[in-house]
Amino acid sequence: MAEPILEIRNLKKSFGALKATDGVSLDLRPGEIHALIGPNGAGKSTLIHQIAGSLKPDSGEIRFAGRDVKPLDVAARARLGMGRTFQVSSLAPEFSALRNVMLAVQAREGSSFRFFRPVMRDASLTEPARAALARVGLSDRADVPAAELSHGERRQLEIAIALALGARAFLLDEPMAGMGPEGSQALTGFLDGLRREAPILLIEHDMDAVFALADRISVLVYGRIIATGTVDEIRNHPDVREAYLGEGA
Amino acid sequence: MLFLMAAGLTLIFGVMGLINLAHGSLFMIGAFACATVAAATGSFWLGLVASLAAAAAAGALVEILVIRRLYERDHLDQVLATFALILIFSEGTRWVFGSFPLYLDIPQLLSGAVHLPGGAQYPVYRLAVIGVGIAVAIGLYLLIGKTRLGMRIRAGESDREMIGALGIDIGTLYTLVFALGAALAGLAGAMVGALQSVQVGMGEPVLILAFVVIVIGGIGSIKGALIGSVLVGLTETLGRFLLPHLFGLFMPPSDAATVGAALASMLIYIVMALILAFRPRGLFAASA
Amino acid sequence: MSRETIVTALLVLGLLAAPFAAQAMGEPFYITLATRIAILALAATGLNIALGLGGLVSFGHAAFFGIGGYAAGILATHAFNGEPLLLGLPGTNQMIVIWIAGAVIAGIVAMLIGLISLRTSGVYFIMITLAFAQMIYYFAISWPAYGGEDGLSIYVRNAFPGANTLVPMSFFLISFALLAAGLVLFALIRDSRFGAALQAGRQNETRLAAVGIVPFRIRLAAFVVSAMMTAVAGALFADLNRFVSPSMFSWHMSGELIVLIILGGVGRLAGPLAGAIVYVLFEFALGGITEHWQLFLGLILLGVVLFARGGVMGMLAGRARHG
Repeated sequence: MAEPILEIRNLKKSFGALKATDGVSLDLRPGEIHALIGPNGAGKSTLIHQIAGSLKPDSGEIRFAGRDVKPLDVAARARLGMGRTFQVSSLAPEFSALRNVMLAVQAREGSSFRFFRPVMRDASLTEPARAALARVGLSDRADVPAAELSHGERRQLEIAIALALGARAFLLDEPMAGMGPEGSQALTGFLDGLRREAPILLIEHDMDAVFALADRISVLVYGRIIATGTVDEIRNHPDVREAYLGEGA
Repeated sequence: MLFLMAAGLTLIFGVMGLINLAHGSLFMIGAFACATVAAATGSFWLGLVASLAAAAAAGALVEILVIRRLYERDHLDQVLATFALILIFSEGTRWVFGSFPLYLDIPQLLSGAVHLPGGAQYPVYRLAVIGVGIAVAIGLYLLIGKTRLGMRIRAGESDREMIGALGIDIGTLYTLVFALGAALAGLAGAMVGALQSVQVGMGEPVLILAFVVIVIGGIGSIKGALIGSVLVGLTETLGRFLLPHLFGLFMPPSDAATVGAALASMLIYIVMALILAFRPRGLFAASA
Repeated sequence: MSRETIVTALLVLGLLAAPFAAQAMGEPFYITLATRIAILALAATGLNIALGLGGLVSFGHAAFFGIGGYAAGILATHAFNGEPLLLGLPGTNQMIVIWIAGAVIAGIVAMLIGLISLRTSGVYFIMITLAFAQMIYYFAISWPAYGGEDGLSIYVRNAFPGANTLVPMSFFLISFALLAAGLVLFALIRDSRFGAALQAGRQNETRLAAVGIVPFRIRLAAFVVSAMMTAVAGALFADLNRFVSPSMFSWHMSGELIVLIILGGVGRLAGPLAGAIVYVLFEFALGGITEHWQLFLGLILLGVVLFARGGVMGMLAGRARHG
């Protein structure tokens, strides 16, 4: 089996007495969609923050693309190829959709210390950005300021930004949240194809999407991973049924 | 004294999340009110009362007319609006009172000096000022920590909407807090007025020192304000006293005096820069 | 052409035309007024890079304005009395050398200030920049070699090759040319990759970091460039008044620069220019009527902040658009 692109070993993080991440181990392998599910308050966000670099773990290991990324900050990890989308869309609100994506292209290309050439006339920025927008179906909204996009469009824009970064792995934090059924379906189809480009760590509440997409699922409850396995294994796992799916399953 | 300013500011800063540059103007209003009333009645004590009342009233007025609209705005707007208030207050005061400084006499009761052990003398009035500072510190601690009003203030600090939902009139509460902060500034102004002259612009150096105190102490922390003010006071006094001597060791005396004085007035800012370089949120950061 | 471009062009051309009209009417005083506008606009344009594009509310830009001013004053003094400055270097009365010296010194100081203060944000940033400016202010007051509290006179306005700077019109044209250069530089930076990162950092720091750009470095560079431009304006200001004093370092000066931007329109190319025009004309018009004009300035400023966000440019050219 190929080397995992992302590898987390025995990660721990406490806030006072609360063990938000309690010895989590997890990996993401090339070509797969690995879904991370768990009830609210299970510590999914805390985990994502630690992977992306915006929270420091107390102990444990995070390796990405073959190197220890614990000493690196958010920006450095992004440059290594972590394409992250946020649970609550995080965009530059005054910039158009296109310019939001161009920012990612510019970051991937390297230097932001170029002071004179106008970006809008720089085809090496606009073209990859338009291509990324086209892939998520936002071409006709390219010139609309991010603040004026609909909720669903903003989620798509976040993904376009991650695409434009040329990410080696995607960390998608509830990409379906707040999308209508049609949007969710379209996005599910899109993510299905995306895994061939780079593996996806998918945090999602929409179980239909998770079961449709995931190669593997990990279940996080009270800061611990109680099970990792294929869709069928998870569906039938007694602990999962009890702790997470409850009577409804 | 510095603590009084800083405490009033901290109250407004921390609780209401507002940068109030016009705090120095309230300080000035307190001093002018005190000087005017003291001159008219011959009583420093009446003047002190007047300074509290005038500053609190001005504070309440400003809050209702202007500040209220600023809570939701960003810091830039707050800085500017209160900067505008400074211009208005300073010019307004100059208009009414003229550019000449007024003088306040230290009341009979507090004039004179006490003999400290070791033979040094210290003016009674300055001791009284320190005493008032300590009393206000204790008072504020009790107010915030122990009373219903304090509870509400703290609640408003953490969640403005929640407290509104509980049926507490947040507008009135904030006006009250702002007036309280203003009154402290006014009191400080009156007391300083007796040490220096009362004039337009007297509030500004103090205002900036007070900001330094707050930033060093950590925004929104009364404890930080207290410790910050002691630190700034000590730094300044010691710097003024020691640095010229220090430089005197390897420089001609006249140069040493000037260089030392120059560095002394910069010293507190250097201290502040150092503290912020290592603790960007101040010594006692209230909350992340 | 967008409405903003037209308004900007009109303001710039208007400023250029005003002194010629004044000269034709035999009112040379107005040339000085226009020069003052150009210089203040340049200083505020510098600040606009940090504040308008980067969202860095520097309440200490007077420090850089003053550094430029003192560079002019100190170099001119040494040139005048023939004493070497330091390491045997002579003073100079060449404006170009003075501008470069002022800008470089301001840039270095801004680098040091920025390294510390850009670690903080929000209120802390405002306060720490203010504190640094105060530090320099007190330093200037208590350093007797160059006039201390009384300031420093420049006996003869510094020289520019091929021009007699004592002729008001020549000095205006020099100032105007620098303002024009400053505006062009601002526009270039705004539209560049660097500007994109800088503006994105103002709008959403998290997003900027998430695409892999470190906000700190971008901001530090912006802060330095901003300080350098303001310093050049400071040097011109010193030459305009033929006098420098610690008041150039005062926090009122910092506040005034911010006011210019707010009056004109934050982050807009012509915002500082529009603000400077309004401010200087206002000062002149009201100053003639009442010595308490600052009271009314305060009222107007309050009105703009509370009710008319976007300033003059907001009124003339509509809301800001970002391509």
